[in-house]
Amino acid sequence: MSDETNLKNITINFGPQHPAAHGVLRLILEMDGEVITRADPHIGLLHRGTEKLIENKTYLQAVPYFDRLDYVSPMCQEHAFALAVEKLLNCEVPKRAQYIRILFSELTRILNHCLNIATQALDVGATTPLLWLFEEREKIMVFYEKVSGSRMHSAYIRPGGVSQDLPEGLLEEIAEFTESFPKILRDTEGLLTNNRIFKQRTVDIGIVTKEQALDWGFSGVMLRGSGFAWDLRKSQPYDSYEEFDFDIPIGKNGDCYDRYLLRVEEMYQSLRIIKQCIEKMPSGPIKTLDAKISPPTRVEMKHSMESMIHHFKLYTEGYHVPKGETYVAVEAPKGEFGVFIVADGTNKPYRCRIKAPGFAHLQGLDFMSRGHMLADVVTNIGSLDIVFGEIDR
Amino acid sequence: MLEILEKELAKKEISLLENDNLITLITKADDAKDIVKYLKDKGFVILTDLSSVDYPDRPERFEILYNLLNIYDNKRILVKFSISDGQKTETISDLFSAAIWYEREVWDMFGIHFANHPDLRRILTDYGFEGHPLRKDFPLTGYKEVRYDEKERKVIYEPVKLAQDYRDFDFLSPWEGPNYVLPGDEKVEKN
Repeated sequence: MSDETNLKNITINFGPQHPAAHGVLRLILEMDGEVITRADPHIGLLHRGTEKLIENKTYLQAVPYFDRLDYVSPMCQEHAFALAVEKLLNCEVPKRAQYIRILFSELTRILNHCLNIATQALDVGATTPLLWLFEEREKIMVFYEKVSGSRMHSAYIRPGGVSQDLPEGLLEEIAEFTESFPKILRDTEGLLTNNRIFKQRTVDIGIVTKEQALDWGFSGVMLRGSGFAWDLRKSQPYDSYEEFDFDIPIGKNGDCYDRYLLRVEEMYQSLRIIKQCIEKMPSGPIKTLDAKISPPTRVEMKHSMESMIHHFKLYTEGYHVPKGETYVAVEAPKGEFGVFIVADGTNKPYRCRIKAPGFAHLQGLDFMSRGHMLADVVTNIGSLDIVFGEIDR
Repeated sequence: MLEILEKELAKKEISLLENDNLITLITKADDAKDIVKYLKDKGFVILTDLSSVDYPDRPERFEILYNLLNIYDNKRILVKFSISDGQKTETISDLFSAAIWYEREVWDMFGIHFANHPDLRRILTDYGFEGHPLRKDFPLTGYKEVRYDEKERKVIYEPVKLAQDYRDFDFLSPWEGPNYVLPGDEKVEKN
């Protein structure tokens, strides 16, 4: 009898309200003592039916839903949706708009990686990076607010361009930020990169081999961490990414530590892109000049009846997207974020499928955690960089 | 790439279409798995996405899409095929482990059954949920709503009650929109 009880596995319910679950994740963990034998994530606690809702909204009304998917990197997702709609509309985006989009996509990458590194460090016991990096995040959110009026859910990148031009002085402020931020990042690295405790908690934890990374459909840092030099900004450049000079860091071992190093290096690379963006920022319009897609300015509306009509039609009926379907993906901070749209010629998408990187990554938590200790599950979750807005959609 | 695929898959009934980096391959439900297997050997090693689209007017109602990525040749391919309501399709989770959750999601959202799937549970909806929300005949508001009841001290499920009807404004312009039947239009056909 006593032998039988010794062999019995324990099932632990982790979450859905747990600070280390990075959202509403419910994990059913089957444990053999302190060792994980199976991890079964139960997701969907934040399911809001985004795809269904978008089918009932016009293309412009769909934009804010994308901010609310991965709420840690809002603009990158708007970017994917905007690119998909533009591809269907076959509309040209002005150079300045493309540069502004890249500028903010890269700021968003820093925004995301700051949160990820800070919270992962917190999960394994380091509190200081959280305090330092969140201060920097706050600065980026101020840039968000200056450009769009909102700190997080900006609805700034819209099909056809961006919603409004950069306010005066913002580029200088961002340039200042690119000068001050590397110091904070180096300080944070000083706390973590060679820290014995941090390394003990992350090196050789959650190893993803090359085969596993492909098999489980990983993308972004999760794929590069295992040694694939694959980045959509390089391989399938969208907007004007081909005009920028930056490197793609790749990992060797595919463990949590490698992925941490990649995220840090990606922030330095993002800073490089931001600097080039500021240097080369072209002048000109910030959204397509096609009056059937982009709304007129306030000033025009005071003089021109036609602009008035366009404004009214665009904000009630919206534009019609020609029949067709397309899949467009961007390199979001978390991985490949894709949008598949089926348009039926009306003002609403017939189907809008959202490919979220986190969904595929979280699925890998099971094989990554097997054979590890309970505390390593927390490290793995942090390293997967998951946000439930996009996983549950 | 397109020519190679055309030559090698000549035996199967397929149609191919290339657009930028994206190839669309339309096939039949029976051949889909063989084609995916063939493509995997050809370097399409990542299953980026697996989803479905509902067309209630078609006899074969659901269109299933496999989105495969070839990271060596930098190509994407969309494998599409149609199946009717209630028809089963073979799982591809033995080829790509990533398909396990994607197929669970398609089952949850559309009610498409994948044969030989290792673990076909619902994934995104609530425990004990009924219906398949992304079908076009599923209402946007759903059927049930939940609230916490102070007296019973638990969450209870009730049929949806809307204080105001869901307002679905039709802004489509009768000049630009799709074929629209306005009252009186039937007279045109009569004469």
